[in-house]
Amino acid sequence: MRPGAEKIDDPFAIQTEDISKNFGAVRAVRRLSISIPKRGLTSIVGPNGSGKSTLVNLLSGVLPLDGGIVILEGNSLKVLKAHENPSHGLTRTFQEVRLFDQVSVWDNIMVVLTKRGLFPALLERVNPMQRDRARGILENVGLWDKRDALAENLSYGQRKLLEIGRAMAMEANIYLFDEPFAGLFPEMVVKVKEILNRMREQGDTIVFISHNMDIVRELSDHLIVLDSGSLLAEGQVDEVLSQPKVIKAYLGA
Amino acid sequence: MQAETEHDRSFTQIVRKPQALVAAARNNVELWANLLIIGWALGFMLWQGVGFAITVGTVFAIWAILSVSLNLVVGFTGLLSVGHVGFFGIGAYTVAILTSDAKYEQLRTEAIPTFGWPFFAALPLGVLLAGIVAIAVGVVFNRFRDDIYVLVSFGFAIISFNVFLNWRNLTRGAFGIHEIPRPAVGSWVLDRELEFLIFALALLGLIMLLSWLIVTSSFGRVLTAIREDEQAIAVFGYRTTHYKLAVWTISAMMAGLAGGLFASWTRFVDPNSFILLESMLLVAIVILGGLATIWGSLLGAMAFVLLEEGMRFLPFLPAIHIGQARLVVLGILLVLLMLFRPQGLVGRYRL
Repeated sequence: MRPGAEKIDDPFAIQTEDISKNFGAVRAVRRLSISIPKRGLTSIVGPNGSGKSTLVNLLSGVLPLDGGIVILEGNSLKVLKAHENPSHGLTRTFQEVRLFDQVSVWDNIMVVLTKRGLFPALLERVNPMQRDRARGILENVGLWDKRDALAENLSYGQRKLLEIGRAMAMEANIYLFDEPFAGLFPEMVVKVKEILNRMREQGDTIVFISHNMDIVRELSDHLIVLDSGSLLAEGQVDEVLSQPKVIKAYLGA
Repeated sequence: MQAETEHDRSFTQIVRKPQALVAAARNNVELWANLLIIGWALGFMLWQGVGFAITVGTVFAIWAILSVSLNLVVGFTGLLSVGHVGFFGIGAYTVAILTSDAKYEQLRTEAIPTFGWPFFAALPLGVLLAGIVAIAVGVVFNRFRDDIYVLVSFGFAIISFNVFLNWRNLTRGAFGIHEIPRPAVGSWVLDRELEFLIFALALLGLIMLLSWLIVTSSFGRVLTAIREDEQAIAVFGYRTTHYKLAVWTISAMMAGLAGGLFASWTRFVDPNSFILLESMLLVAIVILGGLATIWGSLLGAMAFVLLEEGMRFLPFLPAIHIGQARLVVLGILLVLLMLFRPQGLVGRYRL
């Protein structure tokens, strides 16, 4: 959590009002209005194609909004740009792990620690402070021993951890994790859970997409259920999961 | 700092067991490439004499400046540009037009204004002009990526060649500009070949230093990330278009410098030096040496120049075919390289 972030007393980290996104004739997100509370873990669930990843892509400026507004930490925004994420205190991971493949694990972390802006970056060399932070993060996600390996040579689980580590290096207030648990070995799942819990203890806002209802029940404080790009339900986890429409549409039991 | 520890470890192993050196060297393509090319260069110098080596060395220095500069764009940033020759030409023509003091006979040939500037005043202007054109072109190019980028940069090479050829009251078109003076400081003219070689190598050293500073800075690390996944690095707060435009402009200015050097060295420029083929050869040199390595670009340029000059002495090859033959050899070499060593001679990255 960045210093100075506490002063905003808005109870929500992210709110959306009527946001939409169409891909040709496919309406991926339809006039969606959600509120993600500040601090704690919020999970987004929904069947395949319900617009979960599109929502994360819209919130992080990877895809442009077709309509509606996003309120990030009290600022109403009609246009979100990917490069402005740090100024909103927001960072993310990708569903299909997107690392800098032909770059060492070490540099994958170092690259997000550098100064923004051309001239400061041109004059900046690796400094001990960055080195310590990168080391801290790599030890945190258990990849310190792999620091010299190229990212493309890591296993899938290690790649996911590295991507989470890269997001952690941003020291954001809001973390969007797109399926952090998908395809992970049980031991890795435990590790990622630990990391998310540690972030929650620090007072960060964590949003994650997951298909694993056990993990969702176990970890999250708040739950958002999407269906065909619209909101089906949101609120406390147990309360949402006991709603008949949620059971019918998603859990199927 | 991590790389050093690995290096130290292998070094102590070799000291402890000298046989390990042989084993380590056997599969080390990098080492062999270095030894082969440097050995070849030295052998060539001994065989042909110092005078010829000076000429070859100057040609090498110019190609090396070009390939180091192009590697910033192609190797480090991942923008495959085949239009670099345009900036080379802009630098060369600026220096040629501003410094040439030739008196052309009116009526019979194309006449252009004579400025008679000193070389060291014209060169910075050529570099600057290349940079300005690069910004204008780069703003448009930034909209494209991958295959389309190659195509639009291809277009730039064609356009710039046609400008050099057809803007005749500035460039004299196909007649070319001659009597371009050598660099001079006051009364000291760098007209001896050795002096010029030292000057060219000094500029090459400067370009290498600049490139090294760029690629080892935080800026350079972001460039590498852009090469790997531009959208992903943008998410972390980098305006990638600015970074791409900056490195493109810096690279173009370096090519402009090489152009000015080239014009002053050959003392004559015409559009044939700036055809698309030269750009293709340059890309080939960068890939041959290895992407994202400054040293690799030097080796690539050296191998290319030695290949070009060395083939003059093949007894069974008629002189008129040398030009084409070197292209054939270079082509075969590139195909072999792509098959067996896609990262180039000393490179670590694939395109």
